[in-house]
Amino acid sequence: MVREAVDRLYREEWGRILATLIRLVGDFDVAEEAAQEAFTLAVEEWAARGVPHNPRAWIVQTARHKAIDRLRRRARFADKAAQLAAEADDASHDDAGEGAVDGGVRDERLRLIFTCCHPALAVEAQVALTLRTLCGLTTEEIARAFLVPATTMAQRLVRAKGKIRAAAIPYRVPAQADWPDRLDAVMAVVYLVFNEGYAAAQGDSLVRRELCAEAIRLQRIIRALLPSPLVEVDGLLALMLLTDARRDARADAGGDLVLLAEQDRSKWDGAAIAEGLELVRTALGRGLPGPYALQAAIAALHAEATRAEETDWPQIVALYGALWSQHRSPVIALNRAVAVAMVSGPEVGLQLVDVLGEVLDGYHLFHATRADLLRQLDRRAEAGEAYRSALARAENEAERRFISRRLAEVGSPAGSAPRSSDRRPPE
Amino acid sequence: MQYMLLIYDNEKQSNSMTPGDSKKLMEEYYAFTEDVKKSGHLVAGDALQRTETATTVRVRDGKRLTTDGPFAETKEQLAGYYLVEAKDLDEAIAIAARIPSVRKGSIEVRPIQKFD
Repeated sequence: MVREAVDRLYREEWGRILATLIRLVGDFDVAEEAAQEAFTLAVEEWAARGVPHNPRAWIVQTARHKAIDRLRRRARFADKAAQLAAEADDASHDDAGEGAVDGGVRDERLRLIFTCCHPALAVEAQVALTLRTLCGLTTEEIARAFLVPATTMAQRLVRAKGKIRAAAIPYRVPAQADWPDRLDAVMAVVYLVFNEGYAAAQGDSLVRRELCAEAIRLQRIIRALLPSPLVEVDGLLALMLLTDARRDARADAGGDLVLLAEQDRSKWDGAAIAEGLELVRTALGRGLPGPYALQAAIAALHAEATRAEETDWPQIVALYGALWSQHRSPVIALNRAVAVAMVSGPEVGLQLVDVLGEVLDGYHLFHATRADLLRQLDRRAEAGEAYRSALARAENEAERRFISRRLAEVGSPAGSAPRSSDRRPPE
Repeated sequence: MQYMLLIYDNEKQSNSMTPGDSKKLMEEYYAFTEDVKKSGHLVAGDALQRTETATTVRVRDGKRLTTDGPFAETKEQLAGYYLVEAKDLDEAIAIAARIPSVRKGSIEVRPIQKFD
């Protein structure tokens, strides 16, 4: 009972509690250790005396006292500790108190988000710090999700927190004028977390699933904390919801990849789709869409088609065109070419794909896409060749199995000996 | 907090500037320096002479080794510095972003180490 209450509080309120504590004690590490201690203490105390009326306030108060104790033990923080102790005695207007104004507390998490995603920190440090402080994932969990040793992840976090302290990265919400840039950095971190979770099949699948959920949760918080709605903020939330909605249909019982066109659409998460579609609609009505809103709009068109054949491909081609005009990435061009193939046939699509060969040669999906178009054109030998190129570059096990299956379908044309350049053993 | 703002610039490029451009840059630097002086941020600041005037010294096994030129061959060279007082990194970055050379070269922002 008590254990559950503590666990739930940890899951739901860790970020908020830590955000308050960091402001109160002015140090990430002290705040984190004190919060951890308070949660441990809660299990015993609450079992003996019952769960307090306001559990979050209890944790914050307890952690704050623990933090003061800690700081007292460090001579050079003596002044800070004295100041904190004085404030703690006069805690009647404390954010963590019973009558806390929600708005005030919310701002603290926003402050934490902006600090964790400060551009002066390396991107991977931003991601790690966000997951640790805002989402309450343990260092081991983050390490597992990103396939690095726990010690590496621990060092990354220590270094990031060290830089926040040493270089005095401020713990505050940036000035409104800096918001566009800073929000871009925040959303890049959120989307990175999501994609890491969605890329699937490698690493611990449970943790990875959790990453997607955390990214969506974070984006919801950011959205709720903003003073006024923003197209791209809605766009990113919609994009993640619509993508994640397809999760259960994306792999078959054996864990093999199922392409969008072949997915059992009844397995899609209807509630997530409904929410995503509504978000896309309001976002597009609000102003000029950026890359997130445009990608969300594309995902929305897929979601709206009850059968793959009903997909509005001409509209998707147009959206990829808009995306390309904002960001001239060859991967966007590749996706557009696929959409063009659906409208104008594989021949036209293949012409567009072939142009990208030089820049995308190292990208397995380029070769897989080419192979697929060649297969549709019944140019089997070339398709087989392209599937082999894709296989040589793919790392994800599920994707490798998928490509191998396709390769088997087009069959090895008679008389073609295995090339000496194929370093991978046959499967 | 004090921050050292290290100005890195491509020396070859600055050497090949027209006298007019050079004069304009000097004026910009003068205006910037006046500005940070007035705002109370400036602690110190100087331009450095070119790297061809640099000498690098090492002492190894008690023996002094003196070589001509800067410590490392890099695309951009240390050209000057400002030492500023700022309340946090964001303020220091905002100041650094106003240094005229930021548009062609780059500014490294380093907090000053305090020993207590």
